[in-house]
Amino acid sequence: MSPEQFVDNLISGVAQGSVYALVGLGFTIIYTVTRIINFAQGEFVMLGGVFSFLLFSSVGLPLPLALLLAVLAATVVGAVLYLLAIRPARQASVISLIIITIGASTFIRGVVGQIWGKDYMPPLPHFSGDNQWLWIIGITLVVMVALHLFFSRTMMGKALKACSINRQAASLVGIDARSMAFTSFALAAALGAIGGAVITPLTAPHFRMGLTLGLKGFVAAAVGDFRSQVGTVVGGVILGIAEAMVVVLDWGPFASAYKDVIAMLVLLLVLFFRSSRGAAQEAAS
Amino acid sequence: MKHWLSLLLVAVLVAAVVPVVGCSESETIKIGALFDVTGPNSPLGTPEKQVVEMMETQINHAGGINGVPIEVIVYDTEGKEDSCVSLATRLIEQDGVVAIIGPSSTGESLAVIDTVDKAQIPMVSCAADERITIPVGDSIWVFKTPQTTYMAVQEIYSYIQDQGITKIAIMTDTKGFGAGGKKDLEDEASNYGLTIVSNQSYDNEETTNWDPFISKIENSGAEAVVCWGTNPGPALIAKALDGTGIPFFGSHGIANTKFIEVAGDAAEGVIFPVGKMLVADQLPDSDPQKAVLLQLKSDYEALYGEGTCNTFAGHAYDALKMVQMAVEEVAPDKETLTEELKDRKAFAAKIRTEIENIEGFAGTGGVFNMSPDDHCGLSKGCMVVVKIVNGEWVWLQD
Repeated sequence: MSPEQFVDNLISGVAQGSVYALVGLGFTIIYTVTRIINFAQGEFVMLGGVFSFLLFSSVGLPLPLALLLAVLAATVVGAVLYLLAIRPARQASVISLIIITIGASTFIRGVVGQIWGKDYMPPLPHFSGDNQWLWIIGITLVVMVALHLFFSRTMMGKALKACSINRQAASLVGIDARSMAFTSFALAAALGAIGGAVITPLTAPHFRMGLTLGLKGFVAAAVGDFRSQVGTVVGGVILGIAEAMVVVLDWGPFASAYKDVIAMLVLLLVLFFRSSRGAAQEAAS
Repeated sequence: MKHWLSLLLVAVLVAAVVPVVGCSESETIKIGALFDVTGPNSPLGTPEKQVVEMMETQINHAGGINGVPIEVIVYDTEGKEDSCVSLATRLIEQDGVVAIIGPSSTGESLAVIDTVDKAQIPMVSCAADERITIPVGDSIWVFKTPQTTYMAVQEIYSYIQDQGITKIAIMTDTKGFGAGGKKDLEDEASNYGLTIVSNQSYDNEETTNWDPFISKIENSGAEAVVCWGTNPGPALIAKALDGTGIPFFGSHGIANTKFIEVAGDAAEGVIFPVGKMLVADQLPDSDPQKAVLLQLKSDYEALYGEGTCNTFAGHAYDALKMVQMAVEEVAPDKETLTEELKDRKAFAAKIRTEIENIEGFAGTGGVFNMSPDDHCGLSKGCMVVVKIVNGEWVWLQD
C-alpha cells in the first residue's frame, strides 16, 4: 500500500464516518431534549437519499436544488412525525415513545417502498469531478460549524441547550419544552437527510438504506453517550476509519467480510465500558 | 326455536360444502407452486408466478392435459424458509397436489426437501444451488431447472483464460448467491490456469465505501475482477473500478437492466455468463432452444409488457413444462388420466419417474437430459457469455 493510497483510504473513511456522525447527531439532539431514542432516524437518511434522487432524476431539478429540497422535505416529515405520533402520546412513558418511533420507522419505509418501488435507484452524479469524499467532509464541517453557532448564538439554540441540560429549570424560565421537542425532531431529520443526500452519489438509494446507516449513526451516538455532540462526531469518524482500515489491512480475524462487524464491536465495547464505569461509580458511592 | 335454527344452519352448511368436495376430487390435475412473490427474492418470484399463471391459462385453453384441466395453486412464501415448509405441507395435505414447482431460492428449496421427500411428491425447484440436487440420493423426489453456479463459473473462466489473463481478483457477496459463487470460483480457478491474487467478500446492503476494496485489488496485481453477487453491489463495484483500467467480469446475477441503470457508464464493456434467454434473438436458427425462448418471450411480454421476460420466468416455465410432459407420458389419454387421478400417491410416483426419464427436452435453461444420477440434467454449453454494448446485451460467440 503506497502512502497516497493510504491517505485516500483514510479520507474515504473519514468521509464515511462524517455521514455516520451526521446521523448520530440526530439521535443525540432528540435524546438530550426529549430522552427519546428515535429509531426512525435512519428513515430520515433514506428520505434524504431517495428524495434527492427523485427530485434530480425524475423531476429534473438542478442537483443543488434537488438536494436542498430533499433535505427540506425530510425535515417536514420529521416535524410531522413529532406532531402526529409523538406529541399526542407525550403523556406516555419514554419506552412507549421509543416504540412509537420504531413503528414510525417501519411505516415510513413501507410507504416509500410502496410508492417509489423496492428496487435500487441509480446513484446521483458526483457533486463535482471525482472527489465526492471531500465534498462530504466539507459539507459536514459546514453543518457542524452552523450547528455550533446555532446552539451558542441563537435564542432558539440556547433554549434547546437549556432544555437538554435541565428540562424542568428550562420550563421555569419560560422555555416551551414542547416546541423545543418539535424543533429537535425537525433538526434531527434535517441532519439525517443531509447525511443521506451527500452519500447518494456513492450508493444506490433504496427504501431500506436507512436501516444500516441508522444503525451506524446509533453507534456513533452511543460513543457520545447520546449526550455529547463532540463525542458523537468522534465516534462516527472513528467508525468510518475503522471500517475502511479493516478492508485495507485485511488482517486475519478482521478480513473484509467482517467489515460490518466493526460497528457492533464498537457498540459492545462502549456499552461494556459504560456499564463497568457505572458499576465502579456505584461501588464508590 | 333456537334448536331449529341451528339445525337449519347445519343443513345449509352441509349443502354448501358437499358439492365442492364432490367435484374437487378428480376433475383437475392439481399442481402446487411455491414462489417468493413479496419477499427479498420478489424479482425472481414475481415472474415465476406470472409465467405459471400464463401457462395454466394456455394449457386449459387448449383443453387441458388430455382433456383434463390443470389447476396451479400458487402460494407466496415471502422468502421465509419456515413458511415455505408449512405451505408445502398445505399443498400436499390439504390441496392434494401431484407435483410442486419452486421454491424460488436455494435456502427455501433446501428447507423443503425433507417435506416433499416424506410425502413422496415430486418437486422441481427453480433455485440454482447444486446442493439441491447433489447428491440425488438425498431425495429422489427433487429436481431443479436453473443452471448450476459452477457452469456459469466455468463459462466465464474459460472466456477470461482465452484473453490471456492469469491473475484475477474475486469479489463475492457474503450472502447466499455470492457465497455459493465464491466456493466455485475458488475451486475452478486452477482448472483454467487462473490464480486468485485477491479474495474479498462484501456485504451487499451495508457497504457504501468501496475505495478500500478497490485499493486492495489494485495492489494485488490482478488483471481482472470477477464479481459474484446481485444488485446493487456489482454495479457499485463496477462504478468504483471505472478508471482503474481493470476489467470487470460479472455473474448471471447481473443479468438485468437494473445493473445497467445503476452502473451507468461503467456498465459498458462488462462481460458475464448467462442463460440464453437474454440473447435469444441473436442465436442461430439451428439452436434447439431458440424457438422455445422466442415463443415464451413473445407470449409473456404480450401479457406483462415489453422487456419483462427474464431467465427466472424461464426457470418456472421449464419446471411446469417438465411436470406437464411427465403427466402426458404417464397418462396418454383421458381415460387413463381419470383413472390415475383416483390414486394420487401412485400418480405422483409415476410423474416422478417420468421427470427422471426426460431426455433431449429443449427448455429455456438448456437442453435437459435427466437421469437417476442427474436431477438437473444440464451440462456446460447451456450458458453463453455476453457483453454490454451501448446498454444492450451482445452475445460473444466463441
